[in-house]
Amino acid sequence: MKRVVITGQGAVSALGMSAAATMEGMREGRCGIGPLDIVDVERLSIQIGGQIKGYDPAAQFSRQELVLYDRFTQFALLAGREAMFSSGLVVSEELAPDCGVILGTAGGGLQTQDENYRTVYAEGKNRVHPFVVPKLMNSAAASHLSMAFDFRGACYTVASACASSNHAMGQAFHLIRSGASTVMLTGGSESMLVFGGIKAWEGLRVMSNDGCRPFCATRNGMVQGEGAAVFVFEEFEHARARGAQILAEVIGFAMTSDASDIVTPNMDGARRAMLGALRDARIAPSDVGYINAHGTGTVVNDRTECAAVRAAFGALADELLISSTKSMHGHLIGGTGAVELLACIMAVKDGVIAPTIGYEKPDPECNLDVVPNAARAAKVKVALSNAFAFGGLNAVIAVRAV
Amino acid sequence: MSDNVKNRVIEIIAEQAVIDPSEISPATTLEELGIDSLGLVESIFSIEEAFDISVPFNANAPEQSDFDISSVGAIISSVEGLVADSGHA
Repeated sequence: MKRVVITGQGAVSALGMSAAATMEGMREGRCGIGPLDIVDVERLSIQIGGQIKGYDPAAQFSRQELVLYDRFTQFALLAGREAMFSSGLVVSEELAPDCGVILGTAGGGLQTQDENYRTVYAEGKNRVHPFVVPKLMNSAAASHLSMAFDFRGACYTVASACASSNHAMGQAFHLIRSGASTVMLTGGSESMLVFGGIKAWEGLRVMSNDGCRPFCATRNGMVQGEGAAVFVFEEFEHARARGAQILAEVIGFAMTSDASDIVTPNMDGARRAMLGALRDARIAPSDVGYINAHGTGTVVNDRTECAAVRAAFGALADELLISSTKSMHGHLIGGTGAVELLACIMAVKDGVIAPTIGYEKPDPECNLDVVPNAARAAKVKVALSNAFAFGGLNAVIAVRAV
Repeated sequence: MSDNVKNRVIEIIAEQAVIDPSEISPATTLEELGIDSLGLVESIFSIEEAFDISVPFNANAPEQSDFDISSVGAIISSVEGLVADSGHA
């Protein structure tokens, strides 16, 4: 089996327009959540989100590109450009067939769908732009990344709701580990902050209208975010031979299904996913120093996740640091695991643990060290990134410093 | 009216080709302008929007369509016909 390392990273989020800016926001415990600026916001009962503000698409892409790039594709390309640049990778004619792309997204081109539904339903027009289909399809971002960087191997998109990015990155890890691929661009992207996207979530009544406070006794729901993170996963010997920077090593991945409910999480599925990742990485629970929690800020998720951590780690759970960075960048749905992997890289590489901000009051059902409100220095050997999606789809990734 | 149609069609095609309208004459072909099949479909959409007409064009079989795309001049004539038929002029 091959070893898999991360040699490039890129991101755009409510915390900043690069991986470095997003990680700096996490270090500072900055809140990127604020009032939403979208069409018809006055008709929403939820009017906050982790929205990317001050971004001008025309400054980044040509008119010809923008007619084909939904906002989620733009985010993926911006993050992908940064990841490729930071990796220093040159894709030769010989390497191109061994390079692939696997991205996660839940909604795909939702901005495009929302705009064009408005055109035909609300405005009663009978004609839409001819590129609506290639713009809205969930796999568009992966295709455009492959075209932008000449990645000619496996290329597809994974949709598993809020676990999409983790499933995508896990698959990319598997492809390189098995020898089927040498380099993978992987991560996820989401742009669900549109009228229809938020209106649909309102219906479930799990959204907060005043902030995301994971693990806190006063928490009252999740807050959506938007953005993307893309990484260069690379076979270790290939990376070493070209003298690449190595940000972290991906050492384990596991997936489970609760097989129980379409929205309510199940403690056992989450527990099995975490233990599965440890087993896959051939490490002991005591090797793990940090968990980036799924931590959505809903009553049920956070309680269930803490119980799962206790069930998986036993007495060791009290020594673990566990935080939810969704308190800062919001819940990026299908893109969330990718942005959150940055917190895991920061933990193992820089020894900085991103905090759970907005924390006001302990909840006895979430009595773990959730790194409240301020980042903390800690030496961490292995970090886990949890993603527990609607429908009981769980995916956990383990990384360590190299 | 005819000049308006002609100028507007040329503007649309020029925007698609990312060149100045003055560089386009009726004899110019889409191929010469580097407009591919996606670009053509987008141009037809812009023409439909601009003149509030429906252009009979099937990208699967362009040669069987009633809409002549062999040159910019042919497109202009076709659009003029459709505009006259539509009564929007």
